[in-house]
Amino acid sequence: MTQHGEISDYLSVHQLTKKFGKFTALDDISFSTKLGEFLCVLGPSGCGKTTVLRAIAGLEKPTSGTIVVEGRDVTQLPVSRRNVGIVFQSYALFPNLTAEDNIAYGLKQRSKKAKGVEGRVTELLETVGLSGMGNKYPAQLSGGQQQRVALARAMAISPHLLLLDEPLSALDAKVRIRLRSEIRQLQKRLGVTTIMVTHDQEEALTMADRILIIDRGKLVQMGTPGEVYDKPATPFVASFIGSMNFITKVRKMEDGIFGVGEHRLKISNGRGARRVQNGEPVMIGVRPEDVMIQADGGDGINTLNTLVSAIEYRGSLFRLSLNLPISGNDYTTIDADVPSEKVRRLGLQENMHLPIHLPVDRIRVYAA
Amino acid sequence: MSQLAIEAPLERLPLSQTIDKELWIRRLLIGLVCLWMLVVVILPIFQLLSKSLMDNAGNFVGFANYVHYFKTPALSNSIGNSLFVSILTTLIAVGLGFLYAYALTRTTIPGKAFFKGLAMMPLFAPTLLNGISLVYLFGRKGLFTTGFFGTIPGFDIHLYGPVGIIISEVLFAFPQAVLILSIALNMTDARLYEASDSLGASKIKTFFTVTIPGIKYGLISAVFVCFILAFTDFGAPKVVGGNFNILSTDIYKQVIGQQNFVMGAVVSVVLLIPTVIAFIVDRIVQRKQVAIIAAKSVPLIPKPERLKDTLFLTYCAFIALLIVGFYSTSLFASLVKVWPYKLNLGFWHYNFSDMGGGGYAAFFNSIRMAFYSAAFGTVITFSAAYLIEKSRQMRVLREISYFLSILPLALPGLVIGLSYIFFFNAKGWSIAGMFIPNPLGFLYATMGILVMSNIVHFYSVSFLTATTALKQLDKEFEIVSESMGVPFYKTFVCVTVPVCMPAILEIAMYYFVNSMATVSAVIFLYSANLPLASVAVANMDDAGDIAPACAMSILIVLANLLARMLFGLATKGVKNEPRPGW
Amino acid sequence: MKSFGKNFVSWIGSVVVFSMLMCISSTAWSEELLVYTALEDDEIPGYLELFKKEHAGIDIKIVRDSTGIITAKLLAEKDNPRADVVWGTAATSLMLCNQAGMVQPYAPKGLEKVRPKMRDKAATPAWVGIKAWMTGFCVNTIELESLGLPMPADYEDLTNPAFADQLAMPNPASSGTGFLTVSAILQSMGEEKGWDYLDRLHKNIARYTHSGSKPCKLAGAGEVPVGISFAYRGFMQKKKGEPVITVFPKSGSGWDVEANCLIKKDTIKSSAKLFLDWAISESIMKEYGKVYPVTAYDSGQPVPDGFPANPEEQLVENDFDWAAKNRVRILAEWSKRYDVKSDPK
Repeated sequence: MTQHGEISDYLSVHQLTKKFGKFTALDDISFSTKLGEFLCVLGPSGCGKTTVLRAIAGLEKPTSGTIVVEGRDVTQLPVSRRNVGIVFQSYALFPNLTAEDNIAYGLKQRSKKAKGVEGRVTELLETVGLSGMGNKYPAQLSGGQQQRVALARAMAISPHLLLLDEPLSALDAKVRIRLRSEIRQLQKRLGVTTIMVTHDQEEALTMADRILIIDRGKLVQMGTPGEVYDKPATPFVASFIGSMNFITKVRKMEDGIFGVGEHRLKISNGRGARRVQNGEPVMIGVRPEDVMIQADGGDGINTLNTLVSAIEYRGSLFRLSLNLPISGNDYTTIDADVPSEKVRRLGLQENMHLPIHLPVDRIRVYAA
Repeated sequence: MSQLAIEAPLERLPLSQTIDKELWIRRLLIGLVCLWMLVVVILPIFQLLSKSLMDNAGNFVGFANYVHYFKTPALSNSIGNSLFVSILTTLIAVGLGFLYAYALTRTTIPGKAFFKGLAMMPLFAPTLLNGISLVYLFGRKGLFTTGFFGTIPGFDIHLYGPVGIIISEVLFAFPQAVLILSIALNMTDARLYEASDSLGASKIKTFFTVTIPGIKYGLISAVFVCFILAFTDFGAPKVVGGNFNILSTDIYKQVIGQQNFVMGAVVSVVLLIPTVIAFIVDRIVQRKQVAIIAAKSVPLIPKPERLKDTLFLTYCAFIALLIVGFYSTSLFASLVKVWPYKLNLGFWHYNFSDMGGGGYAAFFNSIRMAFYSAAFGTVITFSAAYLIEKSRQMRVLREISYFLSILPLALPGLVIGLSYIFFFNAKGWSIAGMFIPNPLGFLYATMGILVMSNIVHFYSVSFLTATTALKQLDKEFEIVSESMGVPFYKTFVCVTVPVCMPAILEIAMYYFVNSMATVSAVIFLYSANLPLASVAVANMDDAGDIAPACAMSILIVLANLLARMLFGLATKGVKNEPRPGW
Repeated sequence: MKSFGKNFVSWIGSVVVFSMLMCISSTAWSEELLVYTALEDDEIPGYLELFKKEHAGIDIKIVRDSTGIITAKLLAEKDNPRADVVWGTAATSLMLCNQAGMVQPYAPKGLEKVRPKMRDKAATPAWVGIKAWMTGFCVNTIELESLGLPMPADYEDLTNPAFADQLAMPNPASSGTGFLTVSAILQSMGEEKGWDYLDRLHKNIARYTHSGSKPCKLAGAGEVPVGISFAYRGFMQKKKGEPVITVFPKSGSGWDVEANCLIKKDTIKSSAKLFLDWAISESIMKEYGKVYPVTAYDSGQPVPDGFPANPEEQLVENDFDWAAKNRVRILAEWSKRYDVKSDPK
């Protein structure tokens, strides 16, 4: 995690807490971003992620904590003095104004020179790929086009921060995917520090420089997409981003060696495991796509015999449900994602015995 | 290319300190809304209550006046009478209104727009006209009583008294019942009917297990609204009440007839109690409803059924015929020279020069008053609704304002009028030995107080219309503008008002039409240099000049229909602008 | 790009400003003389024309309403009176105002000519009468005939059971005519017999009306064959072509004086006194006399058509002081007896 309060930090949020009556929406959240960074705040609905955005925007007064932008404490400033551009899920375009007028809305307040405003609006329209559409009303534009206008409007005031509140969730799947990369490219080009709230992990993984994961008002992990995916800090993160198999009733035998019933697993993975005392119960997790089928080879370590209990077709791959006996009649289920090509080649079927391999460096250990 | 210009942005943050000022303006305005409601609602009602606890000389006597009231059967009998006519009116109006609304929403009869428009007709007329028309239809010399002047055998329904009152009030309450029930019937979920059908339930069972529970809240609301309307109306009972005393005519008699203001205040309080109870119950019920219709439902599209459609079409046509016949009779009567002796037609009664009431001066005053009420009422109501709905600060104060804004729904016009006399004509108040002169006394007997009483009288419905329209706007508009440093009042003018224009026009029309037709609040407040058309109708009827009273009512109806037509054109104009989608 | 909003703001702004100006101008305080009156609507214009001829400089604002409403208005404004002068309003009502301390006694020019019966007894009188108005039965001849009813000639005739449900009478609580009729009956018959008579009359009454002219208008429209009202009304309606005649009860008509008074205010306008002087001057008295046979002093006009040859004899003995003193009691008794039977039979 990044340290707080460094000079180089463009935005830093320090010990932010927000309470609504007895309910704690945000609990002691701290993080910071660099200039030009694209940060995603990710979490399930109701976790408080929107409150983070609203606090940064100045729409909610934090109960405690500070927000610093460019070294200036803005905690007490109203939204109108923070110079932030906001884009909402609903776009919030003014229906009685044309696209141009929407974009010019904030500019006119700031600049007396109509000429300058006009030129800038044309540029912005061009930037978001809507040249020539300026005189259309929002209702005459498609959802994606409306979202671009909203983006242009937010960018028009050259904001310190661009805040995006679930900007893509009202769009259909194809448009959403296209807009992801467009927004990302635009943001990179303009170099504006951006914070986006989303509940869509795929969106976060593809767009963000870094992801902030919030659960029940608490910051649970912050890191690059690779970090949060490969090294989820908690079982919550692991199952929220992608999916993960959890095997409980695991005991630590010695450093790097864990016992599951009569099986012994070698795990090279880090810190979490080291803190656990020998003999203590833990939980281990492995992602379905990391479960290797023994036919691929392997060195005999971490090889387990399983029974295929179900096969689910998922287009480019199959998800196998594998029963792993632990002791006696007790067994646990492990999901494995296997490319379709391989399933066909190996002729995998239900009720088949299938040896699998769990790579030593792809297993995560969590406190039980 | 263009990117360069954007990457070298315009100078940032030319933001002045005025933004903090803006917050204060907003706070000040919300405070003003509260103060306004305090002055126009709470203080006058308080003055009325305290008046009812004093004797005529202004000494505090506790509940002595109430004791006297309940010990005088001539007075307290009216409570029973009022309840009797209003309950009966409610049952009939809601029953007829339900069938009519059902026909408009759940059948495939032709001419729905026509039937709906016609059902709204009574909203444009002063209720006095309902009474007057009844006199021409069922009075001693009425069309039906004389059998169309002897062409067929006549019959006497003994109009003067409860019969006349109930017929007039049913007519008065009918459009409201139709409106409320149509909305309720429209909101029902088609899937429930499909489910009921698939379970093999009979039509009757479906009606009682799906239709009725589905419109439960609308039904309750219609019942309360009709009850309050019938319970507090004053115009029709004044004309056809005969010697059947009810609370609203008692207030008038006590105050105008016997100059007994204290007893007038007591009766007002008695009148106020059931309406406030009805109001509170209705509010509680409506609050529950919000939770229930949150889920999305599938609209029900009625299928043609020959027998059902024929029956309902007949019913609607019958009601429509009654309404048309009703108002045509009064139009005809206003043109007859001496009913029933000289039936030549002409405009004699439209020359009000040797009549009481003020004649055309009164008519144009009324138009002026209705115009001001519409202009100021709309500005005040919409702005207040905006501040209450779209602000983020001062939650408690906004909630209080909201409650105060819907409170006038429970205030009968007569009560508003009487409390305004007491409040605005008071010289001042002694509070803790200190005399505070009345700063608002100058309003008494002016156009100002008339307009104000109308605004308050019709405030709640307009306020709710405005709130509903504002709720439909994206709630992020304000935030987006704020984030761009645009002051809220600019967004209000440039976005909120234009987008809400249909609702705003509707509010303006509502104020205009009701201000033209109302008599209850203004009858205590008009001054002789400002006579009003609706009061002139009451006074001419009082003096027995029923034909000119009828003629003046017709003028009021025509003015209102004209206003309605202008509203129709204006809305069309607004909608035709190149901004589809809302 | 057009400058959105700007036009709209200025438009709204000008509408608001314009409306405010209209409002202010219409409520602007004026110096004119405010006169409250209960004279009939169709009398006033002729009288005022005369006033304007004689006193061109004075602006008069007339507030005309029925006796009950004018009285209510006056009393409602007790603490903060608006009217300068009351003109042609029932003497019994003015007595109420006097009791409430609202009247400034004033002796208008020509007071000495006024009949003693028609003015306040005080040397500087609180009120001064201009003319008397009296009870008359309005009878619809067509209806009377078609119903086969006899023409009533006196009070007692109206209690004939044949008239059951065929009469209209003003409510004395709100109507000046109603009160003077009840008061005359009680005075001339004595209280006991008087109430007994009213009980019997009540059986025949179809409606008690709010105003004194309405029974006559109802008779004119055929809603009832006979309305107990006042004389002037019947004559005016006959002129309009309604089939009504006015009957004066044989045993005499109840009557009241239409009187004037000066309202007590911080500043009394000189024009107010001028108006009161004019209101009993000879020129206007001639006008009153054209339609009313009994005026404050002899106007020299012949008795108007339809009135008894000696109209003064038609008037019963009327003790205004008694009437004013007992008004509250009489009305309470009346309400107790007749208001409570609120069913319209």
